[in-house]
Amino acid sequence: MKKVLSMMMAFLLVFSMIGCTPKTDTSGDKPEDKPGTETPSKEKPEAKGSIILSTTTSTEDSGLLTFLLPKFTEDTGIEVKTVAVGTGQALQMGKDGEADVLLVHAKESELEFVEEGSGTEREDVMYNDFILVGPKDDPLKLKENSPSDIKSGLKKISDEKAKFVSRGDDSGTHKKELKIWEATNIKPSGDWYIEAGAGMGDVLKMANEKQAYTITDRATYLSMKDDLDLEIVIEKDEDLLNQYGVIPVNPEVLGENSDKINNEGAKEFMNWIISEKGQNLIKEYGVEEYGEPLFIPNAK
Amino acid sequence: MDYILDGFKQAINLIISFNKEIFDIVFLSLFVSTTATVLASMISIPLGISFGIKKFRGKRLFSRITYTMMSIPSVVVGLLVAITLSRRGPFGRLELLYTTKAMIIAQTFLVMPLSFGLSFGLSKSRGKEIQKVAITLGANKYQSIMLIIRELKVDILVNVATSFSRAISEVGAVMIVGGNIKYHTRVITTTISMMNSMGDYPMAIALGIILLLISFIVHSAIYSYSKED
Repeated sequence: MKKVLSMMMAFLLVFSMIGCTPKTDTSGDKPEDKPGTETPSKEKPEAKGSIILSTTTSTEDSGLLTFLLPKFTEDTGIEVKTVAVGTGQALQMGKDGEADVLLVHAKESELEFVEEGSGTEREDVMYNDFILVGPKDDPLKLKENSPSDIKSGLKKISDEKAKFVSRGDDSGTHKKELKIWEATNIKPSGDWYIEAGAGMGDVLKMANEKQAYTITDRATYLSMKDDLDLEIVIEKDEDLLNQYGVIPVNPEVLGENSDKINNEGAKEFMNWIISEKGQNLIKEYGVEEYGEPLFIPNAK
Repeated sequence: MDYILDGFKQAINLIISFNKEIFDIVFLSLFVSTTATVLASMISIPLGISFGIKKFRGKRLFSRITYTMMSIPSVVVGLLVAITLSRRGPFGRLELLYTTKAMIIAQTFLVMPLSFGLSFGLSKSRGKEIQKVAITLGANKYQSIMLIIRELKVDILVNVATSFSRAISEVGAVMIVGGNIKYHTRVITTTISMMNSMGDYPMAIALGIILLLISFIVHSAIYSYSKED
């Protein structure tokens, strides 16, 4: 009876977790999706009053912003209104002048964004990382042979046709996975390559049931770890990092209406988040709950 | 608005060009739901008929419970089957979760109460008469149940069609126990749900149309059969 009960509780937990997995990163979304949705707060610009932060779902879903932003408001008196969208859409909001500051993770597009004059500058803020998890006994011995080399790990998996679960849902994590496969010059296909078409939580459960390997973001794995017979096999490879940058939007994108963008507040936000205090707070977040931080600050 | 119209156009194209992925999904759906319906019917119909004609204490309460079970949510069935089949569960060693077999099991359990309830109701209202005739002809218990089934075959066929419709149109149970794995456990309803969240409407619409067509064909076949009879 106790076992059944604890199992039920575990399922309850897992299901509640599914809701927390980072939503699809719609970087591929059409930019036309957003025109005309003028944010109401833009009507009355205040010198310092509030800023609009456009960011990705992962920072919001992980609870990091809920933890950070009140402290920022306390320090500066600036209120932050967050819009959590995919990276692609966040950048587009910047271009359309619908946000004052961006916190996103697509370094190449970000640099482009600044270069073309839509943003004034860009600073590294933090990174989170992806990990390869697999069965506890690690039949391919990836942990021994290549603990931080994801490419050779994937190569081994495909050579040996070991089961591998892919998100297969066109999300940010799925794109990241495909990018790494591309880098190995392998086109994964066959019975061993399981395309789930599901969220991160579901995929982890599936990998657990099938005792397969999968690539996951660390936060989701840590939050479900107790219910999984899966262990981290490969981590800390450069290819597995997900760098976040902060960019204040250039007021000139709005032309003569440039005063509608709170550039001062945006700059203050950037300076705060890359300051020692901001960075320390990022490092603190998640330690209490998961034993290690979910995001690792790396501002210069 | 254009994307809806475009979606329909592309959907029709996908159907008439016999897109392989779509038809694989459709066939898997048909296979899983037909197998589940047949299994459930084989167990539930004879049982339902025999309980319907039987006199026993608490039959009214029994009816009520049965009718409640008929509308058991598919996610609940999915959850229960998933817990039992999970690696940590009692049947974990069979490694059935996230396979087609698990989907058939879940849909069988989903449809069984429905099929049982419908046959139970049918035999409660119309089985008695036939049973009397059977007994006068000297039939034993088994034979009289068979006679009832034969006499009521049109209504029973409608029951089977209803069960099949419920099985093929549900998404909760197959999503949980199947996991929507491409080429393996991806059926019509789970694909529609996934395509919607990915914003890929043409395929979702195409499958929606096919799902409706299947229901239409099944029900018109049953209808024309019952007319002939």
